[in-house]
Amino acid sequence: MIAETSRPVFRVAGRRRVKDRAFTVFLWACAIMAMIPLAFITFYVVSRGYRALSVSFFTKVPAGPLDPQAGGIAQAFIGSGLIVGLAALFSIPLGISTAVYLAEYGRGRFAGAVRLVAEVLLSTPSIVAGAFIWAVVVIAMKRFSALAGALSLTVLMWPVIARATEEVLRLVPQELREAALALGVPRWKVIVRVVVPTAGAGIVTAVMLAVARGLGETAPILLTALGNDFINTNPLQPTDAVPLRVYAYARTPVEALHSFAWGGALMLLVTVLVLSIGARALSSRQQKRIA
Amino acid sequence: MRRVEAAGLSAWFGPNQVLHEVNVAAEPGTVTAIIGPSGCGKSTLIRCLNRMHEEVRGARVQGKVLFDGMDIYAADVDPVEIRRRIGMVFQRPNPFPTMSILDNAVAGLKLGGTVPRAELAERAERALRSAGLWEEVKDRLREPGGRLSGGQQQRLCIARALAVEPEVVLMDEPASALDPASTLRIEELVQELKERYTVVIVTHNMQQAARVSDWTLFMLYGELVEFGPTSKMFTKPDDQRTEDYVTGRFG
Repeated sequence: MIAETSRPVFRVAGRRRVKDRAFTVFLWACAIMAMIPLAFITFYVVSRGYRALSVSFFTKVPAGPLDPQAGGIAQAFIGSGLIVGLAALFSIPLGISTAVYLAEYGRGRFAGAVRLVAEVLLSTPSIVAGAFIWAVVVIAMKRFSALAGALSLTVLMWPVIARATEEVLRLVPQELREAALALGVPRWKVIVRVVVPTAGAGIVTAVMLAVARGLGETAPILLTALGNDFINTNPLQPTDAVPLRVYAYARTPVEALHSFAWGGALMLLVTVLVLSIGARALSSRQQKRIA
Repeated sequence: MRRVEAAGLSAWFGPNQVLHEVNVAAEPGTVTAIIGPSGCGKSTLIRCLNRMHEEVRGARVQGKVLFDGMDIYAADVDPVEIRRRIGMVFQRPNPFPTMSILDNAVAGLKLGGTVPRAELAERAERALRSAGLWEEVKDRLREPGGRLSGGQQQRLCIARALAVEPEVVLMDEPASALDPASTLRIEELVQELKERYTVVIVTHNMQQAARVSDWTLFMLYGELVEFGPTSKMFTKPDDQRTEDYVTGRFG
């Protein structure tokens, strides 16, 4: 009895297993195909860039044309730090407060408009942000500056932080807000002391992603911070940045400078990778905590 | 201990009226149970009693809720103050995930900012003892509240509500997400609480209502069907629908 009924069952299972296998193989193939360009880019940048990495690469400014290899791009690292640091200083409070408004208070037309602006900015070509800041800041101040560069990056980083933070704030269970409100805690304090800390790791992730985006932007910086061959720490002066250096060196005919461009590209890649891994680690910790 | 009273209380979610002119009073030193089938408006009623109903988008209230004669829906009343004096425990245990057991217990005091820091540890202990949790957690006060069992988490939430020293404690199906042993602990706790507070408890479990309450209110389709002493409600209610419900003929 049992043997008779179980045979057709097995046959069906066999066919299903074949389908299951085929689909699994197909998905693996898709995943690998998606990884190929990424692996290729990484491999290529590392193989071309690692030779440029030396102590002077990080500590010296560009040397004269007679011996370009003796110099470095220290001014670009410092400049990137200055510009992106300032941009983070502006966009983090702005982005988080926008997100809190949208997630906790925002109803009706105005909230819809704010969300629309953030979404449009998210997909705006970055050179538009650069051109905008060039027109309203660089022209008005009559100079290129790290500040203008930071403002153009703020235009790009603010919506990333605002939208991503809004999403994680919405993940905070409604019951936690109610529990705090029911204790007789005013709404603003519920947000500051319960909702935002609960979403903390997710917010840090949003900030890291925004910083990673800001670090790699070239066009807006070109139009606003201009670039500089020397170390500059004054926010009101033209300032260099790593992607600017990569762009400038890639366009020269000098072989040694090409190598420097690859070195800069490699450092950008590594920084973005570290930020992304940090963001992932934090967000997985966050998920465990909320669950 | 204060008397809480609803007078002609109606409530809406958007266009849907979920409470129809309910009148009820909860006396100090007693437990009042609200029973009825799912969706009858029990939770809405209890959430109207400390102005939590209005936290839902589109929610609206009409009528009065009197707290020792004062209408808590009057224009000059601050809902924050009302909620501090009329505490609430929810259906699912919801300790704050970023806080330790200790911080959870005194979260209302810390966030309310009225109690000096030095007093917090003592207030935490008092609240945790009142909730019958102190002995189980006294050696692990720094651990996150989320690491406790479901039943312990719910008692932590009760401790958190008691720590702000409310005068009324509202409980919205406080044991429905818990196992039988934890449920028993919560029921014993409710008995202890009524000595010091006015307690209102929503439950879908009729045996629980019979065990813990002095007064019972039966609701159906957003309307109050019958309100009376628990013993009478479960033995010889006036309304046929109450009898059908408590004898398990529907619901």
